[in-house]
Amino acid sequence: MEYFVIIIGAVFVNNIVLAQFLGICPYLGVSARVSTSIGMSGAVMFVMTLATLVTFLIFNYILVPLDITYLQTISYILVVASLVQMVEIILKKVSPALYQALGIFLPLIVTNCAILGVTILAVREDHGFHLLEAVVFAIGHALGFALTIILFAGIREHLDMMDVPKGMRGAPAALVVAGILALAFMGFAGLV
Amino acid sequence: MGQLQNFSKGFIKDNPVFVLLLGLCPALGVTTSAFNGLGMGLATTFVLFSSNLVVSVIKNLIPDKVRIPAFIVVIASFVTITDLVMEAYMPGLYDALGLFIPLIVVNCLVMGRAEAFARKNNTLSSVVDGLGMGLGFAFALTVLGGVREILGAGELFGFSFFEGDGMLVFVLAPGAFIGLGYLIALNNIIKKRIE
Repeated sequence: MEYFVIIIGAVFVNNIVLAQFLGICPYLGVSARVSTSIGMSGAVMFVMTLATLVTFLIFNYILVPLDITYLQTISYILVVASLVQMVEIILKKVSPALYQALGIFLPLIVTNCAILGVTILAVREDHGFHLLEAVVFAIGHALGFALTIILFAGIREHLDMMDVPKGMRGAPAALVVAGILALAFMGFAGLV
Repeated sequence: MGQLQNFSKGFIKDNPVFVLLLGLCPALGVTTSAFNGLGMGLATTFVLFSSNLVVSVIKNLIPDKVRIPAFIVVIASFVTITDLVMEAYMPGLYDALGLFIPLIVVNCLVMGRAEAFARKNNTLSSVVDGLGMGLGFAFALTVLGGVREILGAGELFGFSFFEGDGMLVFVLAPGAFIGLGYLIALNNIIKKRIE
């Protein structure tokens, strides 16, 4: 039950893109087609879950005992960057099909603030998560990212064919659409 | 390119937020008021200025293959300095900006300028570029924060414009997206006029 609440909270109420403004770059950058946004969501889910697992262990078993939590930012970004490299190399060897599908999105993920943001949020004291809860928290946020980016890509495919005023074409129109989506997601506020 | 042009390109012509669409997460996340936007903009300016300085100085010492991790370590060190200084001296602003201060590390703008500019140019140009781009970013965040604050709460930097409630939606998440969308469109028009 508790895990269910964490997932619902992460997907709908505190949606990572529309309520917390993390991962806006890929949200606008790779949402032109539904198929590419599905690939990006897969890569984000993969890396986000792994990164949260690793950084949670590093934070609680290395940084806290040694009392060097001020190194959190530096150590986390290095973990995320090297994890992405490692995942890329392993996927290439083990599963070429999956590598083909996710390959081009993996390097982009290093500077995806959604990953670093969720790993930092997962160890915040006000949650008091244990390991499994933190991983579920990460999966929930990744699902929330997937939901919003796929919805958004579906809308943008139609937007291409619309007659949009000249100055609003491209990014401005996409942002207004994202605003309306955020308005819809506000309906979930207070659910959990 | 003259240094003045190098400095001023970040405001309208190559504005990081309105034109290059870099660093949108903090631009949307912290601009509930003009003051928060300005604070975030100046913190990013400091990081951008310092990382451009260091990267342009050490660019010949770093092997090409490991340059990205090396840049990340330089940027992350300055972000940690900013984080600790703000926590000590500006606790109010620190709480308001929250998660977005450590996230300056993954602001594509900082990494982008290190990779695209500081790596290839001399120290003076890099520093001017970092300062110009950073202040352009601060300018964009302050304008967006100001628009949202005036429409949403009827205030700007503590001065009140009208009594009663504003359009609350502009302080909440949807207002950030919609406000930025229209500001980008406005910037497109201004840019075209100048040209």
